[in-house]
Amino acid sequence: MKIVVCAKQVPDTTEVKLDPKTGTLIRDGVPSIINPDDKAGIEAALQLKEKCPGSTVTVLSMGPAQADVALREALAMGCDEAILVTDRAFGGADTWATSSTIAAALKKIDYDVIITGRQAIDGDTAQVGPQIAEHLGLPQVSYAENVEIDGDCLKVQRQFEDRYHIIKVKMPCVITALAELAEPRYMTVAGIVDAYDSKEVKVWGLEDLKDTVDEANIGLKGSPTRVKQSFTKQPKAAGTVLKDLTPDEAVDAIVAKLKEKYII
Amino acid sequence: MVDFKLTNKQLLAKKLFAEFAEKEIKPLSSEMDETEVFNLELLEKMKKIGLMGIPYDKKYGGGGADILTYAVAMEEISKVDASCGITMSVHNSLCCPCINDFGTEEQKEKYLRPLVNGTWSGCFSLTEPGAGTDASGAKTIAEKTEDGKYYILNGQKVFATNGGFADVYVVFALTDKTKGPKGMSAFIVEKGTPGVIVGENIKRMGIRAASNVELAFVDCKIPAENLLGKEGKGYGIAMGALAGGRIGIAAQATGIAQGALNEAIKYSKERKQFGKPISSFQHTQFQCVEMQTRIDAARLLTWRAAKAKDDHENYTPLSAMAKLYASQVAVDVTRFAVQLMGGYGYSREYPVERMYRDAKITEIYEGTSEAMKMVAGGAVMNAVK
Repeated sequence: MKIVVCAKQVPDTTEVKLDPKTGTLIRDGVPSIINPDDKAGIEAALQLKEKCPGSTVTVLSMGPAQADVALREALAMGCDEAILVTDRAFGGADTWATSSTIAAALKKIDYDVIITGRQAIDGDTAQVGPQIAEHLGLPQVSYAENVEIDGDCLKVQRQFEDRYHIIKVKMPCVITALAELAEPRYMTVAGIVDAYDSKEVKVWGLEDLKDTVDEANIGLKGSPTRVKQSFTKQPKAAGTVLKDLTPDEAVDAIVAKLKEKYII
Repeated sequence: MVDFKLTNKQLLAKKLFAEFAEKEIKPLSSEMDETEVFNLELLEKMKKIGLMGIPYDKKYGGGGADILTYAVAMEEISKVDASCGITMSVHNSLCCPCINDFGTEEQKEKYLRPLVNGTWSGCFSLTEPGAGTDASGAKTIAEKTEDGKYYILNGQKVFATNGGFADVYVVFALTDKTKGPKGMSAFIVEKGTPGVIVGENIKRMGIRAASNVELAFVDCKIPAENLLGKEGKGYGIAMGALAGGRIGIAAQATGIAQGALNEAIKYSKERKQFGKPISSFQHTQFQCVEMQTRIDAARLLTWRAAKAKDDHENYTPLSAMAKLYASQVAVDVTRFAVQLMGGYGYSREYPVERMYRDAKITEIYEGTSEAMKMVAGGAVMNAVK
């Protein structure tokens, strides 16, 4: 089985703050990490590989040259190959241009499964994975919290707020991984040495994707999205659970609460 | 060309060591210190990520990293827990080098491979009740049997780190009592060999989680093929291993010091006295700068020794000087950290009191500070004609 994981290098947002004046991220001095959902995707891919001997795991990232470090980390965890898609022409991309570029790169390699993280912690859009599936015309299951191989299909447990669905999907397909999907393993010392001494990070620029990419859909120019405002998310307040009410009492309680909040 | 920066490969390794120390070791440190028992599940995790075979050839299942990476590992792990540091150090830079550097191909396959691929752990046993700094005063003897197939070991060793759980011990014994150090030989002894008696853990001031025991050998029959190198070469093997081991101890001392200073600085930003965080007082800042300067100097001395070993240069005086200085720094910085944190620093609620206790041993083991001056004396004096 050929598994490709799309991973993004992101600033560790537990240490990043928004500049209140400009509304942009203050990235200075903030360490870079592999996006947590993507790292869970890498772990899930490595586990699938272990269950299915002979499989390979390729990790692919679009980003600046510094993303090499994130790819080496993935190699040190046990991934077989790494591809860095990088070019000035790809800079300033929104989710549409990003997914167009990544899909163009994916068209150049073989795959049975493409795993992406659900969303990146520096953008929180959750759009790139599903968009990649659409560009490639592949079935997709997002919010995966468990993945099993079932013949030429995958059985994916798809998370919802209050339940989950088990979805059987035929390969090739795209899965978007939740951080809960798998606890990432540590790198090993030998893995790190291999990642630098005997494995390589292939670097693909615009020239390499010429025959698969539509240049109208890349970089800042190919990005229709305009960011109106950025803000730090406020945590949701804890809810209140009212137990053992009759249906009438429940209706009264909800209506009273809505009135209290001037919603009705 | 002088380069004080780690390579990207070394930096990625540093990230692994720091993450592992923070997530896996830190939550256990206080309990391991209190109970004076090394957590063997943790040891298995350490083996799994390759901490017990860092600078050894991948051909035998080792990590294939350089000595500088090993020094970085020792610092990062010891920053959080010095007991884990010494457990790694005795295995990586005392036990394994004897087999790696002097073992036959058969000995390497049989012993080095499981030691560096994360299966076994190793112990190095030279010190005796009557032979510390003067290791040549050892009395443990190894007599060859008449048929030449075995050696019979008799004697007593002390302060054998990892002795409580090790699978392999490298043991030094006299094959010729009349020749002093020139009559000393090195042997590989397997755990469970009849006649090997492993004593109780020795109660210590610091590094209390590390296993450190007495070993006794009573008519212990060792196959002749377990002799390391040649008869009479044991003293040189031991001294060579210790010269490399000191890079690990210097890195451990640097780590203990950095760990303690980090705790003290963090605390000083939260602790308010006279209406201000104590970090805002110039005295606090001056002291912290003084300590960080000395820690950085210790680290650079350690890296210089590690780089010299990587480059196959004479590192013996360099590792002695690195250990001499870094251990002084560790003792001074941990004392300062406790003082800065006052009553809370002295309490077991915070880790600096443990670090203070742990630091002292770095001035003693793998050669005392006084012995380091003996080791480096020739190089320093002869540099001036």
